[in-house]
Amino acid sequence: MIKAILIFNNHGKPRLIRFYQYFLNMQLQIKHLCTNKMAEDMQQQIIRETFHLVSKRDDNVCNFLEGGSLIGGSDYKLIYRHYATLYFVFCVDSSESELGILDLIQVFVETLDKCFENVCELDLIFHMDKVHYILQEVVMGGMVLETNMNEIVAQVELQNRMEKSEGGLSGAPARAVSAVKNMNLPEIPRNINIGDINIKVPSLSPF
Amino acid sequence: MSDVVEKTLTALPGLFESQTGAAKITNRLRQLIKSITELTSKHEEENLIKRELSAIKEQVSSPNTTMKQMREIMVRAMYCEMLGYDASFTYIHAIKLAQQGGVLEKRVGYLAVSLFLNEGHELLLLLVNTVLKDLQSTNLIEVCMALTVVAQVFPKDMIPAVLPLVEDKLSHPKEIIRRKAVLALYKFYLIAPNQVQHIHAKFCKALSDKDPGVMASSLHIYLQLIRESPDSYKDLTGSFVTILKQVLGGKLPVDFNYHSVPAPWLQIQLLRILSLLGKEDQSTSELMYEVLDESLRRAEMNHNITYAILYECVKAVYTIHPKAELLEKAARCIGNFVLSPKINLKYLGLKALTYVVQHDAKLALQHQMTIIECLDHSDFTIKRETLELLFRITNAQNVTVIVEKMLDFLCYVPIKTLTFAPDNSWFIQTMNDVFSIGGDLLQQDVPNNFLRLLAEGKPEEDDQLRLYAVESYLTVLKGHTSHLPQCFLQVMSWVLGEYAHLQESVDRREVIRLLTQLLDQRSVSSETRVWILSALTKIPEGQTDLILDLAESLSSSQDTVLRQQAQELRHLSQDSQLREWVLVENSCAVDSSLSFLDGFVSEALAAGAAPYKPPHQRQEELSLNLEPYSFSLPVSLSSCSITDRQSPTLLSVSSGLSGNSAELSTLILEGVKRVWGKDGYLPQKEATAPPVDEPSAAVQPASQQEAAERIEPRPEPSTQNQDKQQLASSLFVGLGVGSSVSLLGKSEAPPPRFRKKPRPHESSSSSGTSKRSSDSSSHSSRNTTDSFLYGSFPEEEPATSISTFDHTPKSTTANGLSQNKDTKEDRHANTSQILGGDMVIVRPSTIQDKHPPSVSSDLTALLPADLKDLPHSDVISLTSDPSLSLSSCRLFRDEALLLVIFISNCTETVIKDVAVQLTCEELKVCTGNVMDCLEARSTSVCHYALLMDDPHTNVSLTGTVSYQTQPGHTNTLPFSGTLSTADFIRPLVVTTEEYGKLWLSLSHDVKQNLKLLTDAGDPLRTTLNALKDALQLHVVDIIGSEGIVACRLLSGAPCLLHCRVNGAALAMWLRSPHPALPDFILYHCQRALAHH
Repeated sequence: MIKAILIFNNHGKPRLIRFYQYFLNMQLQIKHLCTNKMAEDMQQQIIRETFHLVSKRDDNVCNFLEGGSLIGGSDYKLIYRHYATLYFVFCVDSSESELGILDLIQVFVETLDKCFENVCELDLIFHMDKVHYILQEVVMGGMVLETNMNEIVAQVELQNRMEKSEGGLSGAPARAVSAVKNMNLPEIPRNINIGDINIKVPSLSPF
Repeated sequence: MSDVVEKTLTALPGLFESQTGAAKITNRLRQLIKSITELTSKHEEENLIKRELSAIKEQVSSPNTTMKQMREIMVRAMYCEMLGYDASFTYIHAIKLAQQGGVLEKRVGYLAVSLFLNEGHELLLLLVNTVLKDLQSTNLIEVCMALTVVAQVFPKDMIPAVLPLVEDKLSHPKEIIRRKAVLALYKFYLIAPNQVQHIHAKFCKALSDKDPGVMASSLHIYLQLIRESPDSYKDLTGSFVTILKQVLGGKLPVDFNYHSVPAPWLQIQLLRILSLLGKEDQSTSELMYEVLDESLRRAEMNHNITYAILYECVKAVYTIHPKAELLEKAARCIGNFVLSPKINLKYLGLKALTYVVQHDAKLALQHQMTIIECLDHSDFTIKRETLELLFRITNAQNVTVIVEKMLDFLCYVPIKTLTFAPDNSWFIQTMNDVFSIGGDLLQQDVPNNFLRLLAEGKPEEDDQLRLYAVESYLTVLKGHTSHLPQCFLQVMSWVLGEYAHLQESVDRREVIRLLTQLLDQRSVSSETRVWILSALTKIPEGQTDLILDLAESLSSSQDTVLRQQAQELRHLSQDSQLREWVLVENSCAVDSSLSFLDGFVSEALAAGAAPYKPPHQRQEELSLNLEPYSFSLPVSLSSCSITDRQSPTLLSVSSGLSGNSAELSTLILEGVKRVWGKDGYLPQKEATAPPVDEPSAAVQPASQQEAAERIEPRPEPSTQNQDKQQLASSLFVGLGVGSSVSLLGKSEAPPPRFRKKPRPHESSSSSGTSKRSSDSSSHSSRNTTDSFLYGSFPEEEPATSISTFDHTPKSTTANGLSQNKDTKEDRHANTSQILGGDMVIVRPSTIQDKHPPSVSSDLTALLPADLKDLPHSDVISLTSDPSLSLSSCRLFRDEALLLVIFISNCTETVIKDVAVQLTCEELKVCTGNVMDCLEARSTSVCHYALLMDDPHTNVSLTGTVSYQTQPGHTNTLPFSGTLSTADFIRPLVVTTEEYGKLWLSLSHDVKQNLKLLTDAGDPLRTTLNALKDALQLHVVDIIGSEGIVACRLLSGAPCLLHCRVNGAALAMWLRSPHPALPDFILYHCQRALAHH
């Protein structure tokens, strides 16, 4: 099972956060004491801890990491990839195949690239909802739903058509984004740069 | 005209707004994000988001906000929540959006709901109707969204509402819907397996779906099901093999290729399923040899994902029944992994090695140089995995080197490895290092175990160890102490308090001075101070002046606990009579029945107090949280550390309260027994298993260096490299022998989990095998005349050093073994009765009959007369070896389940000292039985009464029989079995009126529709009779289309069932005072009907 998917940039700013399991504060295991609010703080702590763990690692080390103290020790693994400005981190339990998840991240990123045409960090920021919709077609409730890129893109496009049929306004957000893309935002570099789009030989992966 | 113009003009802004609305609103999001990126401090961000949230609040409550605007507002709210700010006021609007909007609004609404609300959130209830509506929608996208949200957030109690609709979707014409429905059902299965029990047939349909995607998602479910009970799905092996063959053969559409590998994720799933199915099952394994071979061959391309497949393949090959040819190929694959320059593959290679060395230690030998390099790798993860690997190959000879490596990396707690400690000084020194480096990061059980180890040794044997500890701690304390971690200080003060008197040469004043010095340090926590004070209390009298000074200075302390202890200390030091009375040197006889309280109790009862109820009978009051009381350590410590000279650790304090120190030590002995036995990674010599890889296995430790040189493409023999090789030879010493044997005992190799646990009887399923293997290995080491393992030690050394740590009586003669075990277990049984538990073995007894052994069906004739009339199950054979065969039978008595074990001697000779030990994993209660001898060709019967207070679906029993065919030669025969809750269900005979009254008084209820058996005239009667036969229920009454049935858990909690025919189903409504019982009974009812 995938327990959580976290995407954040090099500075630790969250870009997409999706928890498939709620992590409760360990000191407050007694359920009724744990209000929703506390649980959320726990999720934020996990994001911080994960960033702390992942950002310390060089590019020449492996992409697997034992889960931090918050996520719950040795049964959990963090499997991550680092693309230019973004970290994609999947938190999984021991039942998932490490290399399998690593390539699932690649599939997800390549799908994003197809959907956004040359995806960059800004796309993730301004289309957080869309990224979530794409992710929903890949992972559902913590289980891998689809690994076939064409199929994922087909599903997403089906939804997009629906959006377009609503009116000619859907162009507007895109315009807005391109406007922003051209704005001068120094700390957000341009493209995520997935390296091997269209190239089947993997020179891309940092492994 | 002007009117018209004016109207147009006033309408214009609105028109304009509606056209550019989206752009305008997106501007707000853009604005928000832009301003956030420009911020420099966290504080500014907080203010900004606060402003944003109040703006959102205003907008959502404004009636003019359109649906489209709401959508955008939701995205902004999600953004704020992602950054960690509370936007809970929008939750209800998210639900509204999902309820009321069109498809696009629903999409945002559902997304927001699944991001905002967790499974326990109460607002989810508002969503049920919407989800139901959308599941029935004709719009594909709406159905998809509903399925997604159901799989994401629906809690257990809301599943029944949507289950029928989700089930229907399994036959939906669209693949994507079927696929999502399968996954949603899988999620349901994970949360509430009882509720989807009845749709297993539909899963089967999904597996044979014409769309490969649907089939692939059904594998998730099968993987889970097979993991839980591999035996029920053996018949599907053929199908899985065929699917995998087709995938490998490229029969799937090209679409499924990833980097030109056909459906890799599907292959991974299939390989995992196959390995589970083939585990310990030769005939099933044979079905898959071919396809595994094919898989290994195909996965040649040099891409990440092919390695993922290979890895699973290798694991499968080593899990299933071994085949030499495949093992060889798999071993080569592991080599490729380990030697790969790619770091991820190296990691997986190490992981695979860790898995494989349990079966074949020599593989580690081949890669020793790589392993050494990995030890010094800069990557934390790699290093850790390497240590995990080393941990598995620890033996008596390489332990010092391995522990040294582990100490560098203290996340690992090496105490378990220290089983092999070569001598006392090394052990204490290492533990000192562990405590001072690891300090307070160590888990609490490390110091606890250590102290326990010191405390439990026999006085003569372990005094040396204790003496050494005292000496070394005095040296430590004389040095600089402020940096020492609290837990080390606690350990030291306890040891000094307890054992300082052993060391004649040490001045007691000096000890007191050192300890008092600690009290003055600021860095010492108040908990540690308590430890120190109780240590001071224990140091023998004679130093009254020092103690009084100390008590004086502490009597004004802020800390009440310290003040209390100081008072006690003063009293004790002034009154030597009191002191003698309180601190008895040798533990006196303790009245474990607490009879001295009788007067007090009867007085209290007379005054109207409620009678005492053991904790397990207090179901109803459980809502009270007792937690804080049991953790008030310092208080309870101060009050009992004086009366009780046991170690003041959490654990023993609480057991010490039960007041029986004799039992206390027995209990702990039990816990320590296997961990501190001398047999850890020792090889097992058993003549039974086939030597699979004999020629290559004959690697001798002496030739290791050469082996390393041969395998490693060595650059030049630089000094550094030589160092490494030296390290290698010290790390892998002893493995050569191990490898030649460990291959043999493949299925018996203790599972990895066992090693990690400090107390093996807690590690549930493995206890049976681990016991067996440890027994057999210790046994083998006795037998081996030419012991390789002790080859490097002087003849006597291993014996002495090990016996210091070995608290099991195992190493002496076999006679001693069984006797010791007997007494120990007797005591243990006592404890268990006092402490209470879910299941207590009440009456072990043995009746030996001099009947000739007979076929199992006749065995019931051997039952004692008073048991013969009880209803019983069939006799099943448990296990057998050339000398003994074991069968068992379950007898259903009203208040207990009797487990009868028949032990038959199959030989012509007398078997002596037959001891049976039965363990039940849930409850850690065991009891034993020793018979003097078992005549040739005779059978003896022993029976156990089992009680169950808390229902478990399946209870596993494991046990061993040890016996002697010749004097001094003990064999052990392990056995195991499972019992289900159904065995513990008894009919409850009540009248309809009593039933009615009882029904109203019960609190926990569960409702569920079950299958109705329709093959005979009266479906209700047939179904109830079938249930009655299967589960021993009592059918109270049948009125029209309703039936009432009653049962109970042994003589405990009742469960009432109300059944009503509802169309083609049986609506079952269960009530019980026990929260979990209805679920279990329902589960067994479902199974009974499914099997009918």
